[in-house]
Amino acid sequence: MNEAIAEAAAVRRVDWEHLIQQERVHGSMYTDPQIFQEELRKIWRRTWVYVGHVSEVPDPHDFVMKSIGPDPILMTRDKDGRIHLLHNRCPHRGKQVCEEPRGNARTLTCSYHGWNFGIDGKLRGYPFPSGYAEDRRKDLGLGRVPRIGIYKGFVFGSLAAEGPSLEEHLGGAREAIDALCRTSPEGEVELTAGFLQHKVMANWKFVVENETDGYHPSFTHASIFEVADSKIGSLYSGESTALARYLGNGHSEVDLRPEFRRRDVPMSWFGTTADKLPDYTRRMEAAYGPDKAREIMIDGTPHIMIFPNLFIAEIQLFVIQPLSVDETVQHVTALQFKGAPDLNRRMRQQTMGSVGPAGFLLADDAEMYERSHLGVQELNPEWVFLGRGTHREQRDADGYVVGNVTDEVPSRGMWQFHRSLMEAN
Amino acid sequence: MGAADHLMTTGLAEVVRHHEISQFLFREARLQDEHRYEEWERLWTDDAIYWVPANGEGGDPEQVMSIIYDNRSRIGVRVRQFLTGKRFSQTPTSRLRRVIGNVEVLGEDGDEVRVGANMLVYESHRRGQVTWAARNQYLLRRTPDGWRMARKQVNLVNNDTSLVTLSFLI
Repeated sequence: MNEAIAEAAAVRRVDWEHLIQQERVHGSMYTDPQIFQEELRKIWRRTWVYVGHVSEVPDPHDFVMKSIGPDPILMTRDKDGRIHLLHNRCPHRGKQVCEEPRGNARTLTCSYHGWNFGIDGKLRGYPFPSGYAEDRRKDLGLGRVPRIGIYKGFVFGSLAAEGPSLEEHLGGAREAIDALCRTSPEGEVELTAGFLQHKVMANWKFVVENETDGYHPSFTHASIFEVADSKIGSLYSGESTALARYLGNGHSEVDLRPEFRRRDVPMSWFGTTADKLPDYTRRMEAAYGPDKAREIMIDGTPHIMIFPNLFIAEIQLFVIQPLSVDETVQHVTALQFKGAPDLNRRMRQQTMGSVGPAGFLLADDAEMYERSHLGVQELNPEWVFLGRGTHREQRDADGYVVGNVTDEVPSRGMWQFHRSLMEAN
Repeated sequence: MGAADHLMTTGLAEVVRHHEISQFLFREARLQDEHRYEEWERLWTDDAIYWVPANGEGGDPEQVMSIIYDNRSRIGVRVRQFLTGKRFSQTPTSRLRRVIGNVEVLGEDGDEVRVGANMLVYESHRRGQVTWAARNQYLLRRTPDGWRMARKQVNLVNNDTSLVTLSFLI
């Protein structure tokens, strides 16, 4: 065996402790294709990954194409209302079975040899059955995501048969989802506005880190803060009382509530006032009573990154999908609150303005991750420095690490969790 | 005037109008390519809509996500954002050239005409070269100051796939 083959055959041992340190991360963590392959195995195909929301398949026999990492996943609802996560691959010869991005169908038929599947993934039949000595239908359904978990309508899948439960994985992030749902007069979120798909030529972790990076908005988004009547900028200033928090298991949030409570104006989180949304205000007061409604409408919705791929940003929901070491798609839609038509309309309008390939905010974020991705290929210095705020971070009453909104508490936490996943076999 | 003369006059008027409209669209294309934002903004009417649908035909932009769905006021914000010089996805600006072709007048109603055209844009950017192709639809209005856009819709051929950043004027 020659040397090159021997090298390729050897199991590469990566010194994660060296590459991921407390205050710095090696640039190759974003650029090395082998590390990306190992992340697919140890993160994307092992932990809980957000797939979709039950409102995207509201009726029996609905289906929609989703993904777990680069892998396409079909989310379906069967005739009894159960949600299924299926691999879109015919067990016969591998062809994708479903070719429509979404729809409603009692069965799916593979166009190659006519194998026919129920929307629950079971093989119903194949043509010319006498070609098989015995009935093989029972063994040959569509591949199934081994574990599926649903929290308040948010559907997660895990490609590993065993591991922590979804509730354990979500941990402190559950409260943020609860708070999000509470902002609806009916206690439910819906995703009914369709997705924009924005591709960036950058590693997925640059996107994850940016979501709860409160240091960049004042600079990256200076252009839109300057020309639009936006009060977002001051939330991320050095004087802001907002906090950056690491919630464990890779999840992090920017907690803007201290600032909103200081302002003490209902709907300030949405850049408006309650009297401009009379219908929503009335419905919230009817649902929760005036005092609780006021409290909810001051606190607003969370700004949370649920590792590895779900970002809830006040009025939007992003799904981060890695395609390769340097290609990532951000799928984004406006959050819609059940029973809040006037608020929903404005959330759609603001979402269209700010995100997607041409958005006032996201086009500039994307530019930054792409430039960072190019930058880290330089090896002097080799490291990305994440030390902002180490001298002033603290534990809050719940035991989570918190810092100033501009501090790198979220990135440091995410990387330590990342390392723990990568160190596992 | 005989029937033949009438036909000639009507036909000539249509040719002239088609020429004017084509020239207007070519001028709009050049202002976009050259990042002449304020001049471009002046091409719009006060009730303008600038729409770049997502996901194929895009559905109802009042209900579902679009890549761009700007009313006149938001077109103004878009232009002013560029003019800050801190719109980093366009700093430096993309180098652009586009071709507008197959210009057809599809209908008319008083001072307004509906126009269809195909568009190809070549973009050179740090991330690479991108070719954008689209079917454009315009609602143009004849005003005392010449033709103006009341509506422009850009249906990108690949808008059902994931798109890289598109922050220049499409």
